[in-house]
Amino acid sequence: MIAIIDYGMGNLFSLSSSLKSLGYEVEITADPERLRAADKLFLPGVGAFRDAQERLFSTGLADVIRGLAAEGKPLMGICLGMQLLFDKSYEYGEYEGLGLIPGTVVPMEGSIAPELKIPQIGWNALHFTGLEHPAFADTKEGEFVYFVHSYYATECDPYVIATTEYGKELTAAVAKDNVCGCQFHPEKSGEVGLRLLDAFCKQ
Amino acid sequence: MITKRIIPCLDVRDGRVVKGVNFEGVQDVSDPVELARHYSESGADELVFYDITASFEGRKLFTDILTRTASQIFIPLTVGGGINTLDDFDRVLSCGADKVSVNSGAIRNPDLVGEAAKRFGDQCVVISADVKRVDGTFHVFAKGGREDTGMGGIEWIRRCVDNGAGEVVLNSIDTDGVKNGFDLEMLQAVCDVVNVPVIASGGAGGIDHFVELFRSIPTVDAGLAASIFHFGEVEIRDLKKALRDNGINVRL
Repeated sequence: MIAIIDYGMGNLFSLSSSLKSLGYEVEITADPERLRAADKLFLPGVGAFRDAQERLFSTGLADVIRGLAAEGKPLMGICLGMQLLFDKSYEYGEYEGLGLIPGTVVPMEGSIAPELKIPQIGWNALHFTGLEHPAFADTKEGEFVYFVHSYYATECDPYVIATTEYGKELTAAVAKDNVCGCQFHPEKSGEVGLRLLDAFCKQ
Repeated sequence: MITKRIIPCLDVRDGRVVKGVNFEGVQDVSDPVELARHYSESGADELVFYDITASFEGRKLFTDILTRTASQIFIPLTVGGGINTLDDFDRVLSCGADKVSVNSGAIRNPDLVGEAAKRFGDQCVVISADVKRVDGTFHVFAKGGREDTGMGGIEWIRRCVDNGAGEVVLNSIDTDGVKNGFDLEMLQAVCDVVNVPVIASGGAGGIDHFVELFRSIPTVDAGLAASIFHFGEVEIRDLKKALRDNGINVRL
């Protein structure tokens, strides 16, 4: 069973549907026992880092996720869910993340060319760094995926699996042992995204 | 770099696609799910579903087909038509829409854009504006382009973006249906004042018009069209190849 962690941030319909279309049994849950019972975990998320962080910490889910990650359960963060994996974010202040992957999340504003639009919305190409991880084993150099974001992860070089070019090289995918993340939305990235989700789930 | 997007728009009434001819391999072109799959497989970057139903029963059929589409097709879906309240946003988002476009609803209630952006995020709120020249200035029209609001179109769009709209669909009533090309002058005027993605709509008659659009206005992010795709006049794959051959970055 694949569990999608439900903490009230964002639309889980597409992620759930795409996993089901691949033939996986999916549960959307915040129950620690169900999360423990799952073979793989997804941490999704759309919205503000502060709100998401607050919900994870105030409900105790943060400790549950950290515990399961420490035990080696495969975990994939998507979009804001990926950003939450890092130590901290500077979105409207400074907020602590889950600290599962070393790095920080910073605004694109001011660090990319001013004529570029923020958020980055649309399809952009993945460029692989050479670092390998089973979740990304079936994704190829130059394949396009769908991004929607205004912040990006930095100071995480040793864990960057792939980048994307938007005024500069932005972190697109990261991994550290059993924990990985995508800044883009695999559940909205057509066949490329489905292949990636499948690779993560079947590892 | 980020690619230019090609977006087919499907008008849906009572759960069926209005307009549309036969495509190879598509059994029923009036079935939104079948047509959406065809476009997704042909390289469409995103789909817009526009609900032109007025009745309650029609609304229900629309959300049913939206749910069916979103559970089978995994590219971004934008939904428009009949969006007047935050509950309308909720209704379509819970059926799998990724973005919601507002038009007349925002004109009737100018707070709607800001409230929706706060609740669902800027990236989720698309302002769709029908704009037409009146005495040499751009006016925004309501009710499907039938009613002149008297408001300046460019100012209206800028105001919506300031309030949190994360994307703009600009539909030029002047060029819509004429098939003589997009309204470059109007698009440029909008691109000059907003820093969120702008989607061009109205006037596409062939591949050349998309090439002209992206070459003339590099800050336009996407081209939207309906009939030329539905009637098979332009195949999305051919269009994208032509764009790439003209040095325009697309997803192929």
